[in-house]
Amino acid sequence: MDNNSGNPAKLNTVGIRLNACGKTFPDGTRALEPVQLEINPGETVVLLGPSGCGKTTMLRIIAGLEQPDAGGQVFFGEQDVTPLPIEQRHVGMVFQSYALFPNMSVAENIAYGLKVRGMAEVEKKQRVVEMLSMMHLESFAERRIDQLSGGQRQRVALARALAVRPRVLLLDEPLTALDAKLRESLRAEIDRLLRSLKITAVYVTHDQSEAMALGDRIAVMEKGRIAQIGSPREIYYRPATRFVADFIGSMNRVQGMVDGESLQLPSGLLRVGPRVSNEVLFRPEDVRIVSNGEAQLQAKIVSAFFLGDHTRLILDVGNEQTITAETVDRREFKPGDIVPIAVDSEAILFLE
Amino acid sequence: MKPTHRESLRHIVLLLPALTIFSAFWLLPMARLVSVGASGEMGVSAYWAVITDPRYFSSLVSTIVLSATVTFATIIISGITGMFLQRNHFFGRRFLLATLTFPLAFPGVVVGFMVILLVGRQGVVGSVTEWLFGEKLVLAYSMAGLFLGYLYFSIPRVILTIMAAAEKLDGALEEAARSLGASPWQVVRDVMIPGLKPALISSGAICFATSMGAFGTAFTLATKINVLPITIYSEFTNYANFSLAAALSIVLGLITWLALALARSMAGSTVAAAA
Repeated sequence: MDNNSGNPAKLNTVGIRLNACGKTFPDGTRALEPVQLEINPGETVVLLGPSGCGKTTMLRIIAGLEQPDAGGQVFFGEQDVTPLPIEQRHVGMVFQSYALFPNMSVAENIAYGLKVRGMAEVEKKQRVVEMLSMMHLESFAERRIDQLSGGQRQRVALARALAVRPRVLLLDEPLTALDAKLRESLRAEIDRLLRSLKITAVYVTHDQSEAMALGDRIAVMEKGRIAQIGSPREIYYRPATRFVADFIGSMNRVQGMVDGESLQLPSGLLRVGPRVSNEVLFRPEDVRIVSNGEAQLQAKIVSAFFLGDHTRLILDVGNEQTITAETVDRREFKPGDIVPIAVDSEAILFLE
Repeated sequence: MKPTHRESLRHIVLLLPALTIFSAFWLLPMARLVSVGASGEMGVSAYWAVITDPRYFSSLVSTIVLSATVTFATIIISGITGMFLQRNHFFGRRFLLATLTFPLAFPGVVVGFMVILLVGRQGVVGSVTEWLFGEKLVLAYSMAGLFLGYLYFSIPRVILTIMAAAEKLDGALEEAARSLGASPWQVVRDVMIPGLKPALISSGAICFATSMGAFGTAFTLATKINVLPITIYSEFTNYANFSLAAALSIVLGLITWLALALARSMAGSTVAAAA
């Protein structure tokens, strides 16, 4: 199977290439438009989007659980795996529902992939011990699955998927079923794993913070298409479409009259730079509360939410347009007050 | 908290109807059956006769063997069919499902009659084999006939139970097994059968219990092999041997009850006593 036994960190990981992979279901619904995607060896790509955007379908095509429409091809490295069913693709898969075998112990679950591959007993035992220690599950080896917490179950699922040293790791919303606190700690653990194993991973989620934290690149998906693919920074700071801008973080949208390099609003002049448009977008955290001298706009506070580490303000900038601003200013803001604000022109986006 | 006098009095009053019915329809007949079983010329040894008398013993053994074989065959046929019907949607599926429950509506006499029509002396199979090979194939009055008849009324019940259980199987488990490299057969062995195990055990137990007690089909076929219910019937009608009939009844009941109890503890869930 492989010749680097003894070190779980060494994997024969490969890149993934999707060639015109579309998916139309028998009832005629188009789950995925023919899509092109190249994932480098060792890279983590997050498929991010709302439900029904086609992200799970794409993952299942990569896994071999769904066949792409005619003409679509899936490559693992140089190998065309399109005709291979999942059991011959040598992938590791982690499911939202954990999908652990209830009739087997933790150790038996982890050993399952090795067992069906006919690995020798001694080697199998050793590998299971390695995986248990890698996932900090040593004391749970003989437990039944229903004696584990959700977080422990997902760690067993990860150990089981990685035990066979898959060529790629596929994760389908692995943290969605967990509560918020556990989600964060397991996210850190998955991050550690992906970095240390340098395994090619495809991670499906609808949670943008998960995507930002884990992805080398994020593919934001909308209606069966990849709306944008790029690093978390690119996606966040340079969204390619309105959908991406709205889906990742929150975005303010302001319309006004173009006046030279500024946008004219009843509350003042918003400086937008040489490229002008009558509509601009900017993030709440890019709104700065400034002294009157620097002010571009005099905005009226509609509501103020003190959230501890920052305050979120809903501001009226005139023409019945409100924007959201986030500030770490410790001042107590009151609805009705006027605050002088400015937005740096580098933070301003234009999208059709 | 210790119940007061008033409370325990109220409990007794409230339990009275249930106790009355239990005594009238369970405790008294059962006690009577047990005592009748021991009241004949043979006394308590009537129970022993089930094993010592070759006639009764062979009846007992053939009934158990028949029921066990039927159960085994039913589980295999219905397990595969039930899984298939649950997983595949094709034209006419709903109609097929509706007709599947049809045999449940037949009394044993009709099932026996149908077996005779199929493989009896004037049966379809007999005519065809006579025309083909010049010799009639007659199975109805042997163990094979009983087997067919019992299979006929057992399959629908089990299929329906399997289908209900198959619906609740987690598809992700099968996908997980496949992702780990399991072949379709390994998925069946390691995921599907363990997932269906409670349903297989409980429906198998009911199938066994029903077969042990089936009377109509066996009576209609009037086979050379006497199954236990037929033996009991002929003991008290033909020979007026009430005590032995009662003893055989108790033994039959005990074996059936034991099978159900065993299944209940193995399946870990309630096995309906609907047999």
